[in-house]
Amino acid sequence: MKSRANFLMIAASLGFAFLYLPIISLVIFSFNESKLVTVWGGFSTKWYTSLLENEALKDALVNSLIVASVSASLATVLGTIAALSLTRLGNFRGKTLLSGMVTSPMVMPDVIIGLSLLLLFVAMEGLIGWPAGRSLTTIIIAHTTFCMAYVTVVVQSRLSNMDESLQEAALDLGAKPFSLFFLITLPLIIPALVSGWLLAFTLSFDDLVIASFVAGPGNSTLPMIIFSKVRLGVSPDINALATIMISIVALGVLVAIWNISRSSKRKKV
Amino acid sequence: MTQAALATTPPTGVPTTDKPSTSVPDTEKPFIQIKNVTKRFGDFIAVDNVSLDIYRSELFCLLGGSGCGKSTLLRMLAGFENPTQGQILIDGVDMAGIPPWERPVNMMFQSYALFPHLSVESNIAFGLKREGVKRDEIKQRVDDMLKLVQLSQFAKRKPDQLSGGQRQRVALARALIKRPKLLLLDEPLGALDKKLREETQFELVNIQDKLGVTFVVVTHDQEEAMTLASRIGVMSQGEIIQIGSPSEIYEYPVNRFVAQFIGSVNIFAGVVTEDEPDYTEIMSEEAGTLIHIDHGVSCAPEQEMWVAARPEKIMLSHEQPQQPYNWTKGVIKEVAYMGSSSIYKIELASGKMVRVERINRIRREEDGFTWETPVYLSWESGDCVVLSS
Repeated sequence: MKSRANFLMIAASLGFAFLYLPIISLVIFSFNESKLVTVWGGFSTKWYTSLLENEALKDALVNSLIVASVSASLATVLGTIAALSLTRLGNFRGKTLLSGMVTSPMVMPDVIIGLSLLLLFVAMEGLIGWPAGRSLTTIIIAHTTFCMAYVTVVVQSRLSNMDESLQEAALDLGAKPFSLFFLITLPLIIPALVSGWLLAFTLSFDDLVIASFVAGPGNSTLPMIIFSKVRLGVSPDINALATIMISIVALGVLVAIWNISRSSKRKKV
Repeated sequence: MTQAALATTPPTGVPTTDKPSTSVPDTEKPFIQIKNVTKRFGDFIAVDNVSLDIYRSELFCLLGGSGCGKSTLLRMLAGFENPTQGQILIDGVDMAGIPPWERPVNMMFQSYALFPHLSVESNIAFGLKREGVKRDEIKQRVDDMLKLVQLSQFAKRKPDQLSGGQRQRVALARALIKRPKLLLLDEPLGALDKKLREETQFELVNIQDKLGVTFVVVTHDQEEAMTLASRIGVMSQGEIIQIGSPSEIYEYPVNRFVAQFIGSVNIFAGVVTEDEPDYTEIMSEEAGTLIHIDHGVSCAPEQEMWVAARPEKIMLSHEQPQQPYNWTKGVIKEVAYMGSSSIYKIELASGKMVRVERINRIRREEDGFTWETPVYLSWESGDCVVLSS
């Protein structure tokens, strides 16, 4: 039994090493004094300060934050509506098809989503004149589309775990359907909305492929800037930038997970 | 008896002797009238042409197995389902088209359905806030209600910090605070353990007595129904089979289904040999005796009938009884000692197993009724019921 436990420990450590060694080395080298990316020249934070002076990077960061927060918020609203209708409308025609279709962006290749959205935007511009050209708006629409799928799944699982008699009890006690939503349903699914929003935010913040398709000139997001810089050769300030991005994303994911586990623990009692 | 006749029979088992009751139901006019109500879900008929009158301040219990339609009937009273056919009147008002939030009815849910994000206090106040009652009055009424259910010190707690029994009381308080004309209770004691159930069911009857609200309880548990209700309606397959006081249902079941559903019973098949206005005699091969009943039965001669005898109505003896009928012989096959009483399973000559319950007035070792003992079984003429179906 003991040797089996040892084996499992080793396997787990190897697995985690495989996943996290590259990231750890990146973080370490972001504090490298040397200009050469692969040679250690002592501890320094100079690459972080040099980032602050890079206007293009700062603009891209602002763009990314705007896109991520706006599309996460839109995706949360739309995803919640989708989840509500899928769980609460009973068995309507095509329900299985619809719930499958809502989540399809999760499995569809980014290249295809990006390309199809680009074609749609071009066609729409020709037909109705909106959206005029590629801009932050088109990135936001594109990101809302694929983030919504994730929000739907998170909110849907929360809703289907909810005791249906809670709603009936509220109606029975005199709450009309409208106030029922704000007094009972919404407070109970808030944790799921927060998790969904954070998930959507990190997904949007990370995305390179879809954004590359639908971004206009001068609307580059952070991942796009990093990618284009790396193509010209890796410079140490990219390490610093990547470290900052990893921190933001990791924070979002951790808060989302903590939020989900806390609310599910509470429900069990 | 037909269903229509059942529906118009006023409650005869008003709990004046069974239970100390201060609120005597108003037998004049029915408070709730369920008229020929049918509910279909697709092809499935959940409630089949049910007519039922419930009187003011009654504690009426719908009793039946799962899927018998009792919950659907309750949900139609609450307004969560609409009848496919028929009419429901509460206090003379037709409930058709009136949504749950406008009905003078509140419900206590089986899962209690307490709002997990609200404190006990806010849970109870929820209904009053929706009504737009003034803040001071809400405070006063919630405090009174907390006192009634003995939860004053738990006002600030969240539902997940309460025990099962406390949650049940919060659910009751929340349903009662709007002073509904009718309170619906769905398996009110189902989630409690046995000891707590006993305490709670008396508490529930006391509260109902104090407030005089009409209660309609749905349960599958016959013990719960017997102790709570002033009248019971036994349901099966969407229909109401019998309505009566607990003792009527227990002592005079209308058919074998009711007899077997409520408590345990021995049923002997037999053929009517004599049918006079003041007595009936039935020859039962199964029981191995002539059964004499002290009342007349309307039936055809030679008709097959069933005689139901409750386990506690059958007496055991070592000596042969002196009466010409109502006794038979058997061998004790099983004995279950329950403390206050013992249950015996006795095999008759016909192979029929008979269940007999006997109070342990003297200590069991001394009475000689043990395994493989031959015994005589006997009963009084008035203690059996003849069932034709």
